[in-house]
Amino acid sequence: MSVNKIPVGPFHPLLEEAEYFELKVDGETVVDIDLEIGWMHRGHEFISESKTFTQSIFLVERICGICSTSHPLALVHAVEDIDNIEIPLRARYIRTLIGELERIHSHLLWIGLAGHFIGYDTLWMWAWKYREPILQMFEMITGNRNHYGMMRVGGVARDVDPVIIPKLLEDLDIVDQKMVMIAGAAKDDPVLRSRLKNVGILTHQAAVDLCAVGPTARASGIAIDVRKDDPTDAYDLVEFNMIVQKNGDVYDKLVVRVLETLESTKIVRQCLEKLKVVKGPILNDVKEVSEGEGIGRYEAPRGEVFHYIRSDGTNRPIRHKVRAPSYVNIPTYVASCKGIPVADALITLAAVDPCYCCTERTIQLIDANRNPVAVDLLKLSREKTEQVRREIHD
Amino acid sequence: MGWYKRRLAKSLWVFHVSGSPCNNCDIEILDLLTPKYDLERFGIKLVGSIRHADVLLVTGVFNQKVAPKIRKIYEQAPKPIFVVGVGTCMSGACCFRDSYNIVEDRQAVIPVDLYIPGCPPKPEAMIAAVAKLLGVLNARN
Repeated sequence: MSVNKIPVGPFHPLLEEAEYFELKVDGETVVDIDLEIGWMHRGHEFISESKTFTQSIFLVERICGICSTSHPLALVHAVEDIDNIEIPLRARYIRTLIGELERIHSHLLWIGLAGHFIGYDTLWMWAWKYREPILQMFEMITGNRNHYGMMRVGGVARDVDPVIIPKLLEDLDIVDQKMVMIAGAAKDDPVLRSRLKNVGILTHQAAVDLCAVGPTARASGIAIDVRKDDPTDAYDLVEFNMIVQKNGDVYDKLVVRVLETLESTKIVRQCLEKLKVVKGPILNDVKEVSEGEGIGRYEAPRGEVFHYIRSDGTNRPIRHKVRAPSYVNIPTYVASCKGIPVADALITLAAVDPCYCCTERTIQLIDANRNPVAVDLLKLSREKTEQVRREIHD
Repeated sequence: MGWYKRRLAKSLWVFHVSGSPCNNCDIEILDLLTPKYDLERFGIKLVGSIRHADVLLVTGVFNQKVAPKIRKIYEQAPKPIFVVGVGTCMSGACCFRDSYNIVEDRQAVIPVDLYIPGCPPKPEAMIAAVAKLLGVLNARN
């Protein structure tokens, strides 16, 4: 058996971020996978120790641009946990509103990229086109398309103007309709089905063993969701379902994300309706944080994000630890990539929606014996889709 | 070289490389290609190899590990190449100025011709910047 190594990255046309994979292949089959990270390490935890709690919010927002409200939410939960700070009801609804809008935009982003990876640029353009109204809703509510800066210890920074709520609900209806359309198209398409069904299966047992979180775990039949298990903010006041699938293949991960998007629009609609009637303050002014330690959790679009804060009674943390969902999900590659063809490896790697910006606050170096084998993974993946398409149409 | 510059002023092919960003500028750059902004109407296209590119879009701060790779990509690029630094990270290191792992002198790693500040810059700002770049290139001919 001769094993070849295919290096991918660190700068590859497909990857937006710098990352380095090494696929070990025997002929067409992937036998092992190795990953080298650290290209994004910026030392957030260190910088955070020199910032005040409010400044830290803006810093952790910039851990990752896609989940740029999950990290601040987990951070403020951690700081509030130290003193058991109560937050006003209206602020709770606004937090949930922002969090769920972010989930919609993040999942739509992934659906688009998944389409792009398998050569379905139509799906990419569609998904991103209908992601645009969500970003505009963000701009109306927070003033920025990304990096909202909404979270504060004890509440939120900006109120939702009641004047814009009808417009927001209107936009949401459009997104909802389009999501139903995309979901239907994705389910009916025979090419998509044959490219994704039974590809890169992560079994229930492997997901448990490797401690997968978020949609990756839920696609493998593990019913975990911080929003249900440990509801914070307004999650215990709104109704939604947890989406769980059984097979753990890429198709199920797609289904989980599509259905979760529909659940999120449901939550957003409930929050907006409540914001019409719930009045009151949005910020409980916190003057000082006492000595102690606190943890904060939030279900980011990719899984559970966890922040730990230790305070010595001043306005800065003396230790701030972040545990991001992608870091936990990346080991599942080993289970899901073994034994699949190289052309399917790409979409399997992308299926956990990895976010290296979140992951790489810790450095891990893996010595890689580089073998210059030039294979264009994106081309391979797209050729396979073309082939499948031809076979189906013939 | 007149023909070369004329070509450069008409249809810019862009290669996008991220240093150590927070991904947001990268997502907004991809957003430029999608139906709402549709940058291809200006003849601008994202290409898969630096060897085909006229413009290099760079996002994010550079950490110690990624900086040599960015330098290498710049060296591989066909000259002349225009380097556009997207985002506050490129122009002023954003909130990562105090980090122990970033390269402070980004100009030494890669000479930047045009900065687009903003965290992240709005897609409209990026389009305006690119239109200005096209104007400057046309004026040179």
